[in-house]
Amino acid sequence: MVEVQHVTKRYGSLTAVDDISFRVEPGEILGFLGPNGAGKTTTMRILTGFLPATDGKARVAGFDVFEQPMEAKRRTGYLPETPPLYPEMTVSEYLRFVARIKGMPAAERRSQVGLAMERTRISDMADRYCGKLSKGYRQRVGLAQAILHNPDVLILDEPTAGLDPRQIIETRALIAELAGDHTVILSTHILPEVSQTCQRVVIINRGRVVAVDTPDNLTARLQGSQTLHLQIDTQGADVLATLEQVDGVARVTRVDAQDGIGAYEVESLHGGDVRRELSHTVVTRGWGLLELRPQQMSLEEIFLQLTTEETPTDADHQVADMPRDETGVAEEDEVDE
Amino acid sequence: MNNIVALAHKEIRAYFVSPMAYALLGFFALLFGWFYVASMNVMLQFSMGQFGQGGPQVVNINEFMVRPLFGNTAVILLMMLPFLTARAYSEEKRSGTIELLLTSPISDFQIIMGKFLGAMTLYVMMLTLTLIHVGILFWYGEPEWGPIVSGYLGLLLMGSSFISVGLAISSMTRNQMVAGLSTFAVLLLFWVINWVGDASGSTTQAVLSYLSILEHFDDFSKGVIDTTHVTYYVSFIAFGLFLTAKSLDTARWNG
Repeated sequence: MVEVQHVTKRYGSLTAVDDISFRVEPGEILGFLGPNGAGKTTTMRILTGFLPATDGKARVAGFDVFEQPMEAKRRTGYLPETPPLYPEMTVSEYLRFVARIKGMPAAERRSQVGLAMERTRISDMADRYCGKLSKGYRQRVGLAQAILHNPDVLILDEPTAGLDPRQIIETRALIAELAGDHTVILSTHILPEVSQTCQRVVIINRGRVVAVDTPDNLTARLQGSQTLHLQIDTQGADVLATLEQVDGVARVTRVDAQDGIGAYEVESLHGGDVRRELSHTVVTRGWGLLELRPQQMSLEEIFLQLTTEETPTDADHQVADMPRDETGVAEEDEVDE
Repeated sequence: MNNIVALAHKEIRAYFVSPMAYALLGFFALLFGWFYVASMNVMLQFSMGQFGQGGPQVVNINEFMVRPLFGNTAVILLMMLPFLTARAYSEEKRSGTIELLLTSPISDFQIIMGKFLGAMTLYVMMLTLTLIHVGILFWYGEPEWGPIVSGYLGLLLMGSSFISVGLAISSMTRNQMVAGLSTFAVLLLFWVINWVGDASGSTTQAVLSYLSILEHFDDFSKGVIDTTHVTYYVSFIAFGLFLTAKSLDTARWNG
C-alpha cells in the first residue's frame, strides 16, 4: 500500500533522511519510532507530497507521490504534528471546507462530515469555533479531517502528543478501529504506544532506518544473546570460572555480592537456553540456587540500545550502522519552512 | 474552478470573521469621504472665482474634482491594501494550515488564484462603497461618465497589482507584520521610483518612470485607456502571482 525506496532528503548540507526504504501492507498499522529530530516528520511530509524528496521513490496506494501527486494525495489522509485548523471556522464549516478541497462530490459531503465527526466523537462540538477548542478536541478534529474522505492511507504525525491519558487511550482505540479499512502510518516517540497499537515498527534514528520488525520480534531479536539473572548463596572466586565452563555460556559477570549471596549475569551463546545446564551445575556443586530468571528487555531498552549503540551484533539483523558524528543530521523539527 | 471558489470563499470568511474587513471598509469609506469633501471644496473655490479669475464660472467637475479624487484614492489604497494581503499566506505558514492545503489534491495555481480572488472580492467591495459618492456627483452635477469609468478601471488594475505584490510578499514570511511592512515599502518604492530619475540620463528616466506604479494611473483618471498602461498593470499582476508560485515552491524544497 505504501512503498518507500531509497528516499533521501537533504536541506543544503544537512541530511534529514538518509536512504530510507520500507513497505506497509494494506490494513496494517506501522509505527514510526525515533527520537526527536530523527527524520520522522520529514519522511511523512515526503509521503504526503508536502515536501519533495531529494532522491528515491515513494508510492502511496499505487501512485508515485512525485509523478502523480494528485492521485496520491486524493488517497492520503494526513494529520500533521499540529492539527491544521482555521480558528475562525466552526468545526462543521471546517470539515465541509476540507471535504471540498479533498475533491469530495457535493452530495456526499454532508453525510461524510457527519460520519467523521461521529467516529472521532466531536459531534457535540460541531458549532464551536476551532480556535476555541481544547487541545484534545483540536487533535480529534485534525483526525476527523484526515479520515474525512475515506483515504486508503492514513498518515498521522504524533497523534497522541499533548493529550491526557484518557484521550490517549481513546485515540489509540480509534486508530486501531480505523486500521481495518485504512493503512495507517503513525509516528511517535512514546514506546508503549508502539507495542500497543502497531503491528510493525520502523525504528529510525538520525535519518536512517535502524530496524524494521514487529514489536515482539524486535524484543526477541535483541535478546539474541539471552541474558539470565542468577543468584546463589556463594560468592567465592571459583564461581565465575565454574559457571563459564558450562556448555553454551558466553560470559558471566558478577553484579552484586552481599552477605554471602552472589548475583550474576549469565550471557548465553546464540540465544541458546542454558537454564537446565546452569541449574544442574549449581546444584551438583552443592550451592544454593536462590534465583534464576531470564533478564527481560523492555522495548524501551531496545530502543535505547538501537539508537545509541554503535554496532549491532548480528549481521542478519539488517541493522544499519550508525554515523557517530553529531553534525551530519538535521533536527527536522527545528528546520523552518 | 470549484477548488478556487472554495478557497476564495474561505478567504472572504476569514476577512469578515476578524475585524479586518470592517476596519478596511470603514476606514477606507471614511478617508475616501474626507478626500471627496476636500476636493469638492477646492472645486467650489475655483468655481466661485476665488483664485482671481474674476466672477463665478463653470468648471469641469471631472478635471477639478474627480481626477484629484482618484489620485488621492490611489494613495489611500497604497497605504491600506498591504493590510489586506499581509495575513494571506503568512498566517497559514505560521499556524501550519498551509500543510493542509499543500497535501490536498489541489494545485498551487488553484491555491494562488483562490487567495487572489478572495482578496479581490474584498477590494471590489471597498471600491463599491465609493459609488455612493459618485452617485451624489451625478445627482447634483453633470460629470462626464467616461473618465469616471476609466478611472475605476484604473483603480481596479492598480489595486490588483498592489494585491498581487502583497500576496507574493506574504508567501515569503510567516510573520504578518513583516509581510505588511515590506509590501508597503515595496509599493512606496514603486511610487517614488521615478523621483530620482529627473537629473540622470533620459534612458534611465524613461525606464524609471515606466516602472512607477502611480504614473500609469494618471491617464486612467484623465479618461484615457492606453494599452501601454493596461499591459503594465496586467504584467505586474502576473509577475506578482508568478513570484508567489515560485515562493511556494521554494518553501517546499527548503522544508
